[in-house]
Amino acid sequence: MLMTFPQMGHVEQLIGDILERLDIDYMPPPRTTAKTLALGTKHAPEFSCLPLKLNIGNFIEAMEAGADTLLMAGGKGPCRFGYYAELEGRVLRDAGYDFTMVTIEPPSMGIAKFVRPIKRISGKSTRQIWRALKEGFPKARGFDMLEKRVLETRCFELKLGETTKAHKEAMATLVKAKTPAEVEGAIEAGMRLIDAVPCDREQPVLKIGIVGEFFILLEPFVNFDIEEWLGNRGVLVSRSVYITDWIGPTSKNPVAGTSDAELTELARPYLGHFVGGEGVPSVAHTMLYANEGFDGVVHMFPFTCMPDTIAKAIIPRVSRDYDIPVIHFTIDEQTGKAGVVTRLEAFVDLLVSRRRAKRAVNG
Amino acid sequence: MTDGFKVGYPQALLYYKYFPLWETFFNRLGVEVVLSGPTNKALLNLGTVEAENELCLPVKVFYGHLLALADKVDAIFIPRMVSVEKSAYTCPKFMGLPDMARATETRLPPIMDPTINWKLGWRQYVKTIIELGSQFTDNKAKILGAYHAGVQSLHQYQDKIRAGATPIDIIESKEAPRAGVADLRIGLAGHPYNIYDKYISMNLIKRLREMGTDVVTAEMIPHSELEKESQTLPKHLFWTFEREVVGTVFHWSRRNSVDGIIYVLAFPCGPDSLIQSLLEHEMRRERSTVPMMSLVIDEHSAEGGFLTRIEAFVDMLSRKKKLAGRVAN
Repeated sequence: MLMTFPQMGHVEQLIGDILERLDIDYMPPPRTTAKTLALGTKHAPEFSCLPLKLNIGNFIEAMEAGADTLLMAGGKGPCRFGYYAELEGRVLRDAGYDFTMVTIEPPSMGIAKFVRPIKRISGKSTRQIWRALKEGFPKARGFDMLEKRVLETRCFELKLGETTKAHKEAMATLVKAKTPAEVEGAIEAGMRLIDAVPCDREQPVLKIGIVGEFFILLEPFVNFDIEEWLGNRGVLVSRSVYITDWIGPTSKNPVAGTSDAELTELARPYLGHFVGGEGVPSVAHTMLYANEGFDGVVHMFPFTCMPDTIAKAIIPRVSRDYDIPVIHFTIDEQTGKAGVVTRLEAFVDLLVSRRRAKRAVNG
Repeated sequence: MTDGFKVGYPQALLYYKYFPLWETFFNRLGVEVVLSGPTNKALLNLGTVEAENELCLPVKVFYGHLLALADKVDAIFIPRMVSVEKSAYTCPKFMGLPDMARATETRLPPIMDPTINWKLGWRQYVKTIIELGSQFTDNKAKILGAYHAGVQSLHQYQDKIRAGATPIDIIESKEAPRAGVADLRIGLAGHPYNIYDKYISMNLIKRLREMGTDVVTAEMIPHSELEKESQTLPKHLFWTFEREVVGTVFHWSRRNSVDGIIYVLAFPCGPDSLIQSLLEHEMRRERSTVPMMSLVIDEHSAEGGFLTRIEAFVDMLSRKKKLAGRVAN
């Protein structure tokens, strides 16, 4: 058995680590490329959302390379993601592939649905699985914390690319860490490494918050590495979602720093009920960024995404009421980097002149 | 405050499913219900301009109906339909509908948006109904009585549909054509707001009947039957209305009870994008012999292309039937 799973940001390091702890042989799919997207678009339903298409592309490339067991998360709606695994299995079988599909449902659908598939595939006891998750989770959180620190550092760096270099080095150290002590040490060392990047923290920077759908925000291939692009132009970037906040056992979101309950309460005047996915968080984080004095917000999500399309219908009102510029990017297989970058450049220019105008008014 | 109070009811989306309930409910409380009228080109254009351009066709249509009501009523009724059963949601769009309505550029009258969520149990539901009714009367018994009467109206409406009438027939108070006289029987699957809206479905039901076919829809099958069929999926489908579509198609294809199925879906419906692929896979796997055609509609759908495909499909079905008859004899 050789297990594989879809690519998304640093999920490769995160799941890889847990699988190693469970002694499961695995092989991450090759990093997502245009070829992956072409494969996915060919087989996936026409107006399904982009993450589904990329999942399918990832799975095909991994199976061509020898994987035979597909690991996928489940869900209970109302976002389409909850039915992804069911559909991906069918699409790939129709395409002629032979494989075993392992779907892990969230613990909220019953602990058994969560644990049983892992037990069956790894032959480990519940206690051993619990331990792997308990020890793997802080490491996963470490990756998120490093990423967050990188976002807060890159815009101040004196030499272009130094922060990215430090990030890579820090990641490599953390990947190797296994025991809780090693993990803790690696996170600390990584943070020190990023903090040691020569910076001018006095220089004025623009502040842009990124909100939107989870997969698009986390996977650099589909967001055109927007965080690095903005950071390299001296923009301080804050991202509203982190993977361990999402899969974490509580809804306190320690990495991003706000709890789901706070977000729901904040968004209530504009969106009074959860709509699945990042619908409520996208609206609430836009308000939060405005309150925190950010210059602008970038909203990104896949074309046809239900929750974030609702958010897109509502955010213009938030933008007006809170006086914060928001730019929306709807991403699908037709989206080109040049188009996104051009719009983004114009948006940054607008924010710069807006700040100047404000300064002129306020003296 | 009920004297002359007018509640606007957009004739779109779940109108085709629940309107008799709410009409009776409000009327019993002395409130007049004003409909936005059937969809037409002007309404669709209004909606398309006002709505966020990536929303699905039925929601854009809904925006048009909202604007049509804007200066005619004292309040607009847009219940937040989170779930109509314990184990499933409706669709995210229904869950955020009142909020999207409030975010429109055009000023709308106040929106009445009770949260209908059966996941919270019947006690909460009763509370919601009483809260809704208490805007018009303090008499709780009267509110519950009005609701009860509403449910009875809904049941009468559903009985008529089960007997073979479509919601369009009932709205236009026409007799349903007698079933079982035509040569071909076509199952029309898809959301009620797509197939029963005469404008956006380009009068599909009437056209099919004119081509000499019987048209049957999901509402004509007992609900328990749909439920049983859809439960054969390995993973419970968490959207109620999609489960109905799946149950309907399985019901027809597994019993061979129709000659062909037309599945109408709106671009870019989230749940339907997956369901279409799921149904095609399952029917292939079960070696179903019932042909199915998917028709995707959006605001740019042109009548010519639409009609050509339907005619071709019906021709194919009748040829298939004749051929099968010849073989059998």
